[in-house]
Amino acid sequence: MASAVNIPPQFEIVDRPLDTQMTISMGPQHPSTHGVLRLELVLDGEMVVKATPDIGYLHTGMEKLFEYKKYQQGIVITDRMDYLNPLGNNLAYVMAVEKLLELEIPERAQTIRVLMCELQRIASHLVWLATHALDIGAMTVFFYCFREREKILNLIEAASGGRLTPSYFRIGGLMMDLPSGFERRVQQFQDGFLKSVEQFHTLLTGNRIFQKRTQEVGVISAEDAIDWGLSGPCLRGSGIDLDVRRANPYSGYEQYDFDVPTETDCDVWARYLVRMREMKESHKIVAQALGKLKPGPVKADAPKVVLPDREAMKTHMDALIHHFLIVAEGFDVPPGEVYHPIEASKGELGVYVKSDGGPKPSRVHFRGPSFVNLSALPHMSEGAMVADIVAIIGSLDIVLGEIDR
Amino acid sequence: MGLMITGEHNETDNETVLPGPTVNSDPKTTPSQLVTALQHEHGDWITEVVEAHREVTAIVPAQFIAEACAALKSHADGKFDFLADLCGADRGVEEEPRFEVNYHLFSTTKHHRLRLKVLLDEGNAHVPTVTGVWRTANWHERETFDLFGIIFDGHPDLRRILLPDDWQGHALRKDFPLRGYEPYSLK
Repeated sequence: MASAVNIPPQFEIVDRPLDTQMTISMGPQHPSTHGVLRLELVLDGEMVVKATPDIGYLHTGMEKLFEYKKYQQGIVITDRMDYLNPLGNNLAYVMAVEKLLELEIPERAQTIRVLMCELQRIASHLVWLATHALDIGAMTVFFYCFREREKILNLIEAASGGRLTPSYFRIGGLMMDLPSGFERRVQQFQDGFLKSVEQFHTLLTGNRIFQKRTQEVGVISAEDAIDWGLSGPCLRGSGIDLDVRRANPYSGYEQYDFDVPTETDCDVWARYLVRMREMKESHKIVAQALGKLKPGPVKADAPKVVLPDREAMKTHMDALIHHFLIVAEGFDVPPGEVYHPIEASKGELGVYVKSDGGPKPSRVHFRGPSFVNLSALPHMSEGAMVADIVAIIGSLDIVLGEIDR
Repeated sequence: MGLMITGEHNETDNETVLPGPTVNSDPKTTPSQLVTALQHEHGDWITEVVEAHREVTAIVPAQFIAEACAALKSHADGKFDFLADLCGADRGVEEEPRFEVNYHLFSTTKHHRLRLKVLLDEGNAHVPTVTGVWRTANWHERETFDLFGIIFDGHPDLRRILLPDDWQGHALRKDFPLRGYEPYSLK
């Protein structure tokens, strides 16, 4: 009877010993991988022997696209990389090009850039907190975080017209000045925000389940963190006091009074505490930026690079000509190369721009903090449980749009 | 001082309002002097030092890049313990050397930066890996291999990273089309 059916060898039932390692694929549709990340996990029971990230599912060739677009057209591409921190991406890119052009940015534009970037940092951290808590099983936090984030998105919309893809910064300044009454609206947000942070703390920080899920999970020592190139809250969670805003100040950050929070536990819990404190520091910077806002121009005095005002265009012949030339032909950037780092919400965001002259860049490269931070995941997750992987990914705060570009 | 360094931020230095990091006031730790000293020590390691836009670029022959990186990492005045970025670039199809690999070094204690540049011919696009110096180079080098086809000799796991394993060609080369008409299909 057994000989009547020919069973192909791959369907043969074999008794495997119980200690056999198993390889499973986590993602790319797994909800806690924050997008389309696939992890190849080699498991021994519940224990992770090896975790190998597989990325590229969202690769859209953005760096290639830059080479075919004029410099000013590249700004909208940057929005779509780290879509939780688009203003940070805008800033890194426009500052790199401004460095090549050696443009001087007016004080008001710099202050508004700082103000908007810090609001964006809070918004980015709120999404991290919401999804990190959700991954671990605390759903309530999500709603409170998104309530606050909504207020920031409304502010960004008021200034730029866009919520997720603002493209608010331009080479040489800003798209336009802030709308009237903007300061008052920011102040309204500011007044309520610290209380909200306390709410998040009451929801999570004292929660013993949350503590058990995060403490001594995903440990990476300070030396290893530097060796793996971690940056931002992940590095500061390992006790390294490093912040690009302090180390290589830009946009006038040296004039602001803020702390760089660090924690020495090196685990998911430490990175959680660092980001929670960073939100308060950003709140502090926003308050100072509001106080520093003085009337003035928001665009550099560079008629060949910066679009003229609408009114000037209607009355001045040269403004109209410049407008036409910038839009139709772009502006030439002198040959050279720069690397400009900023402190984005997730770590050091560096933009490398190389120009051969002409209106289009020869090469644009984004050093995304998510890309580098994710590369340390195999190191952090050795010997962890499967459920810890979810907590570790959450603590890295990755955005796949930036990783895959 | 045309440099891209910054150390402890100095409030006194107000005349530089250019965007980007401010200039370090301490001349002892400037990367350009450090690179010049290294050039005196090992004449064949660094062929050229370029300073532009307050950034220092040292051009290193491919065969010495790993040694130069290791020396800069442990250098007492340099302490370039952090590889911020590694990226390739294509200078153009008819250019020779055609490719370049840029190493952006950073010091977590001195807070200064330095760029090392390796120039590669198209026929011999090989460069030793620096994964032995900084483990973070692993993914950066995989990405550069994937998009430019530059081979990093000695890399522990040199596979494509962003594009599928069976992809033909290297997408960021200048002769790779931005758009094509042949649909991509799995073999």
